[in-house]
Amino acid sequence: MDVLYFAWVRERVGKPREVVATEAKTVADLVDELIAREERYAVAFEDMSTIRVALDQELAELSAPLTGVREVAFFPPMTGG
Amino acid sequence: MGAEVALLRRGRTDLGAVVTFTGLVRDLAGDNPISAMELEHYPGMTEKSLEAIEAEAQRRWPLQASLIIHRHGRLAPGDQIVLVATASPHRAAAFESAEFLMDYLKSRAPFWKKEETGRGDSWVDARETDEDALSRWR
Repeated sequence: MDVLYFAWVRERVGKPREVVATEAKTVADLVDELIAREERYAVAFEDMSTIRVALDQELAELSAPLTGVREVAFFPPMTGG
Repeated sequence: MGAEVALLRRGRTDLGAVVTFTGLVRDLAGDNPISAMELEHYPGMTEKSLEAIEAEAQRRWPLQASLIIHRHGRLAPGDQIVLVATASPHRAAAFESAEFLMDYLKSRAPFWKKEETGRGDSWVDARETDEDALSRWR
């Protein structure tokens, strides 16, 4: 699936997007997989209370299932307006 | 801004009230002067979320017209960031819905602000008051 990163999450991970092959059942499982993979993910996901998630461009919870999801995005709390 | 409101009103004599809100780039972040602001967004989700927010406002208030324009990319102090306009037969709905739209844009639309100052660049933190502002519309 496509995994996208924005703002300081993007800066810490070091890229705006990537394709990830995963068997993760939920967003939280995917985060654990990424953290185990490389240090920069551990840095980006150090404090999950500051991370927001969108599944196929809709806001979602960390516990949300990834079944059928094509695009996952991680970003900090939004600061529009 | 004037041109956008004129477009909203063009050919209409049924509107009773138009409220507009314009958000601007300030020249200070705390005590630090800002040289520029970079506004990042999530193409695709941005459009969807603005449409959803506007549809929700239309559902809650008897709006005759509404408009949201949100910029992204590099902006300078004094630049306009966002324009919200709402029109209704009476002012209460126009005022309330404009405030509702801004409260939602602040923390539910996928935009992130980064300020460039003499002391380096820093991402603007979301404020708890923004989240509090949303709770009154639930």
